[in-house]
Amino acid sequence: MSVLVFIETEDGKIKKSSREAISYGAALGDVTALALGTVNADELATAGQNGASKVLHVADERLNAGLIQPYAAAIAAAASEAGADVIVTAKSSLADAVVGRVSMKLGASLVSNVVSLPDTSNGFQVKRSIYTGKAFANVNMTTDKKVLAIKKNAVEIKEDGGAASVEAFSVSLDDSLFGTKITSTEKAEGDVLLPEADIVVSGGRGLKGPENWGIIEDLAKTLGAATGCSKPVSDMDWRPHHEHVGQTGVKVSPTLYVAVGISGAIQHLAGVNSSKYIVVINKDEEAPFFKAADYGIVGDAFEVLPKLNEALKAAQ
Amino acid sequence: MNILVCITHVPDTTSRIAFTNDNTEFDKNGVQFIIGPYDDYALARAVELKEQNGGKITVLNVGEADSDPTIRKALAIGADEAIRVNAFPSDSFFVANQIAAIAKEGGYDLILMGRESIDFNGGMVHGMVGELLGLPSFSPVMQLQVEGGNAKITREIEGGKEKLEVSLPFVAGCQEPIAEWKIPNMRGIMSARTKPLNVVEPSDNATHSAISAYELPPAKGAVKMIDADNVSELVDLLKNEAKVI
Ligand SMILES: Cc1cc2nc3c(=O)[nH]c(=O)nc-3n(C[C@H](O)[C@H](O)[C@H](O)COP(=O)(O)OP(=O)(O)OC[C@H]3O[C@@H](n4cnc5c(N)ncnc54)[C@H](O)[C@@H]3O)c2cc1C
Repeated sequence: MSVLVFIETEDGKIKKSSREAISYGAALGDVTALALGTVNADELATAGQNGASKVLHVADERLNAGLIQPYAAAIAAAASEAGADVIVTAKSSLADAVVGRVSMKLGASLVSNVVSLPDTSNGFQVKRSIYTGKAFANVNMTTDKKVLAIKKNAVEIKEDGGAASVEAFSVSLDDSLFGTKITSTEKAEGDVLLPEADIVVSGGRGLKGPENWGIIEDLAKTLGAATGCSKPVSDMDWRPHHEHVGQTGVKVSPTLYVAVGISGAIQHLAGVNSSKYIVVINKDEEAPFFKAADYGIVGDAFEVLPKLNEALKAAQ
Repeated sequence: MNILVCITHVPDTTSRIAFTNDNTEFDKNGVQFIIGPYDDYALARAVELKEQNGGKITVLNVGEADSDPTIRKALAIGADEAIRVNAFPSDSFFVANQIAAIAKEGGYDLILMGRESIDFNGGMVHGMVGELLGLPSFSPVMQLQVEGGNAKITREIEGGKEKLEVSLPFVAGCQEPIAEWKIPNMRGIMSARTKPLNVVEPSDNATHSAISAYELPPAKGAVKMIDADNVSELVDLLKNEAKVI
């Protein structure tokens, strides 16, 4: 099987979720990866560690920003170039916006939130997460070409490969695809990206106000974690919207989710139910979140968090 | 301004998810259905844009007759008319084809929908519709201002946001804080009863996938409680039992 994997970079580095997508693709067949915009060739060659044999690189500066139509056109062109039967990407807000277009260009079936390798014993069947992590569906993809968007942290990263060959790939992208003008970009600098994070520390309304977020940030720093929050917290502007976790916000699937002063409403749980381990710190022993947790502490966040932070530091 | 708002008819966010008929069908028993929360944001913004600029809002649902109360609610919130494509929404490809077929007829300035549905969470339909219509598509859109034939959009990106300037028409997958959810008032509910809800048959029946079975995740084990005065026990468990730090 010939596989094309679309990879995204962040601060010049291949994203962890893209390495997961390459590893997934390598389990299916020969992987050609595709990178768009300015990226260092040495970094791209490291896609080989995860199983890519080749990386096509479209070094068109117009693609340095994540523009949906040109990205879709470039991915479809690379799929033809590589003769790909299957196109794989990590699920991300950019990929979500792009792959629907790609699937239409290729006449390919598209399944998102894929959590396992396909069963090809009788057709091509994948398992996907549905109902915001509350269930799974087994889906038969009935077209020749397939597009798969892989759920984050669902695939183990393979690291035993060598270096991939990096080839310049030119796609002619019509100016009409660049009708969107980006007037500004705001991005948190240097922080761990929430959807990519292995560990997430989240705060809820129990923290009482934005001025108290220091204890969340300190703990996150010690753990190398990203920070998240509940919906009311971002609604009240205590924290930026991109930190809002849950049914209507970011769905995370880290190895460890630490929830502080969050009651555990079903809509919040929907965004965290694929975490491997959940720690809940809440002063109310009746808080529903404890039922979804692996480890719980009943206590006041303002007392427990600093102590926990010291204990974690001491253990490092 | 002529706005098409595509809505899903989905289980309430507090629903217990269960399956029936040998795990091949969603169990609707005791489940309350709502307008998809993201679609509800799109609709709320459409109502605000209409208040500012005038125009007409059409809501569109691909679904069977049990969607009608959900569609009436959208009419009560402020849509002027509704179209239901009378078919089970079997996959995103099928739904996108129906939306595109309706949109081609309607000459809409804006095609809004939620960034994703909350049953299948695919988040792919806006892109598919954009491609089918040859229009730009944007998602997740968290702000949308229209000035004449142009729009200013704020799009969420991982770890931040991006401001864009684009021209109409286009397709947008919406999310908060684009607008606040609107609760229908009495006058809205009354007028919704007489607003047109046109039921049309699907333009074609092609699909790209079929679900063979559903599964529920394994039940979660019991929580281990740790004394607040003994946080080092938690550190020990995270290190040696869970092995996550
Ligand atoms: C359609 C829909 C979609 C939604 N989507 C989301 C979503 O995506 N994400 C989301 O989070 N919510 C969502 N919600 C809202 C959700 O229902 C809850 O209202 C919300 O999650 C509650 O946030 P919270 O836990 O921070 O606040 P609260 O429910 O107010 O809980 C605060 C908690 O903090 C504890 N506490 C207070 N003081 C302390 C202290 N000193 N130390 C320790 N603990 C303390 C309290 O015991 C309590 O459990 C949605 C709701 C709807 C209807």
